[in-house]
Amino acid sequence: MTPTVAQPAPPADWRDLVALTKPRVMSLVVFTGLCGLLVAPETLPLAVAFTAILCIALGAGAAGALNQWYETDLDAKMRRTANRPLPARRMDRQTALHFGVGLSVFSVVLMELATNYLAAGLLAVSILFYVLVYTVWLKRRTAQNIVIGGAAGAFPPLIGWVAATGSIDPMPLLLFAIIFLWTPPHFWALSLFVRSDYAAANVPMLPVVAGIRNTRTQILIYSIVLVIAAIAPFALHLTGPIYGVAAAVLNTVFVVLAAAVFTNKAEDVSGMKPERRLFAFSILYLFGLFAALVVDRWVAL
Amino acid sequence: MKPHPEDELLRRQRERARLMAWLLGAFVILLFLITIAKIGLNK
Repeated sequence: MTPTVAQPAPPADWRDLVALTKPRVMSLVVFTGLCGLLVAPETLPLAVAFTAILCIALGAGAAGALNQWYETDLDAKMRRTANRPLPARRMDRQTALHFGVGLSVFSVVLMELATNYLAAGLLAVSILFYVLVYTVWLKRRTAQNIVIGGAAGAFPPLIGWVAATGSIDPMPLLLFAIIFLWTPPHFWALSLFVRSDYAAANVPMLPVVAGIRNTRTQILIYSIVLVIAAIAPFALHLTGPIYGVAAAVLNTVFVVLAAAVFTNKAEDVSGMKPERRLFAFSILYLFGLFAALVVDRWVAL
Repeated sequence: MKPHPEDELLRRQRERARLMAWLLGAFVILLFLITIAKIGLNK
């Protein structure tokens, strides 16, 4: 018998390592982190500001990689995620783990070197929160997974602000609150029209566990609380009229679309137009709101 | 024709090595720029 020599697995393609960082999610993280940094009262030298944003992006990428490392079995069951590098077996899990941990440590250390301990600490907390609290602990256990997990996505503007100022103030806490409250209506709208995918993977998303009616009600409730948080920076005189006007317009549209979701009776995915519309607008909403903050800070009326 | 597995292995190793070299170069430049910026801040 001829002994078979095991072929070493080829090293992962670098494009798959990039895919592991969820680059599409990263764009929103980079944008909100940059806005947090730009609306802060202190300005950083360009190289330091660039490094702070780079670290936020790398930290988010690391958290995404560790999330995919832990959820390989889950991703394999959903159409949307089945072609990711791990479930598609284009990469071994150990490479993903090493990459995720290495990138996490690198981003936190570089953040400390470039800015301050507090920003680096918050970046570490955000990575650990996303990986341990959301991915490992809550996602498969509770239908409120999105609510708590949303906190992880709310860190970037706070980290951006703290990188610039070295302190935590009311304004970045409000920015944190806005993203935290924006996440549930955003993801629940999505989960209504990709419901079957989550059900197949046994993820307790709200529509699967509590039903469509309940989810639509919660979307409206969170949207109303979101509006209060989004108006607060203007109401508390932390911003000027540019933000005030933008917030009024964007929040009115958001509530109208959330109300359309609330009154929608369709149970079938084909009748979920209001949900699709709210999901699409919610992305524009967050970009618009944060862009308005920056314009408001830099353009004096 | 399917590429030989060893060719694929070498291609990936070469691609990753090249990318790593670029990233390390960029990292050195970034550290230099941060240092210059920090010296400017402390003046």
